[in-house]
Amino acid sequence: MSRRQVPEINTGSMADIAFLLLIFFLAATTMDSGLMRQLPAIPDPNVPQDVNKINDRNILEVKVNKDNLLLVEGQLTEFSQLREIAHDFIVNADDSPNKPEKEIVSLPYFGDVAVTKAVISLQNDIGTKYGVYIAVQNELIAARTQLRDNLARQEFGIPYERLDEERKGAIDDFFKVPISEAEPKRIGGDN
Amino acid sequence: MARFVKTGRKTIKALNTSSLPDIVFMILFFFMAVTTMRETDVMVNVRIPDATEGKVLEKKSLASFIYIGEPIEAFQALYGTEPKIQLNDTFKEINDIQDFIAQEREQLNEADKTKMLVVLKIDRDTRMGVVTDVKQALRRASALKIMYANTNVDKIVLQ
Repeated sequence: MSRRQVPEINTGSMADIAFLLLIFFLAATTMDSGLMRQLPAIPDPNVPQDVNKINDRNILEVKVNKDNLLLVEGQLTEFSQLREIAHDFIVNADDSPNKPEKEIVSLPYFGDVAVTKAVISLQNDIGTKYGVYIAVQNELIAARTQLRDNLARQEFGIPYERLDEERKGAIDDFFKVPISEAEPKRIGGDN
Repeated sequence: MARFVKTGRKTIKALNTSSLPDIVFMILFFFMAVTTMRETDVMVNVRIPDATEGKVLEKKSLASFIYIGEPIEAFQALYGTEPKIQLNDTFKEINDIQDFIAQEREQLNEADKTKMLVVLKIDRDTRMGVVTDVKQALRRASALKIMYANTNVDKIVLQ
């Protein structure tokens, strides 16, 4: 018998096929992104509530009514100004008595520093549009993130995002500024 | 020096591409591994809001999804155009969220149960009433870690 030669399979188009599959999976991969929030736990009715109310000057009251209008500390405010207002409120550069107090706290990396006691309270009406609510929340988070980032660059010379957990923790304690979502209530009347 | 001149004809050898499929397959497998196919059909129209501060969801396996929005056209005859809550493959009510969360939590390993994350995919035109109700239900179900899904943009334009 003569030697039978098995012809080699042409694999030239293999790459093309693989590319096709690759592109399909590339297109099918979706990255979800969003604003991370922590909801407060439901208070236990058997446990007495903390009666220490937060001092009024420490709270930045942000309300969005059913017509999607923004009220900051009772003042009608443009959405575009919100970030700056939140920023100025947290920093309280001139130690104004209407803006949040500072408290001397000992933090790792920073030593004894004056840390703001600011709290942002976000309230909405049941008629508020979700998109507006998220936009407002986004601005408030952005103001805080920016302050943290500035501090990280100033203190460690690198952006906040690239810090290790320990340093991030120290900066988080420096600008804690909880953004609290108040218990739901109707602020814009029925509708 | 004469050596270099010796070959009179200049022939450029064809580039060896035999390892190209291997490389492409490697990338392919990577994307196959990270892709999770959507298991639920979304039955509501959801245009998630824009934001600039969104963080990418890293561990999809820990996430449960709640969709809220106007039912898609095929279901409008049956359910109307009021925003509905979709859990898994069906429209549900606020009261069902607690069971849904318990069920989803059951599917996670013991170690991951505390890390459970609820991703809220809510249409931007939804009124906050229903959103607040869902949030309260999540608090009652002690699913406190939530994520408001959004599209990342450079600047928010409110319409």
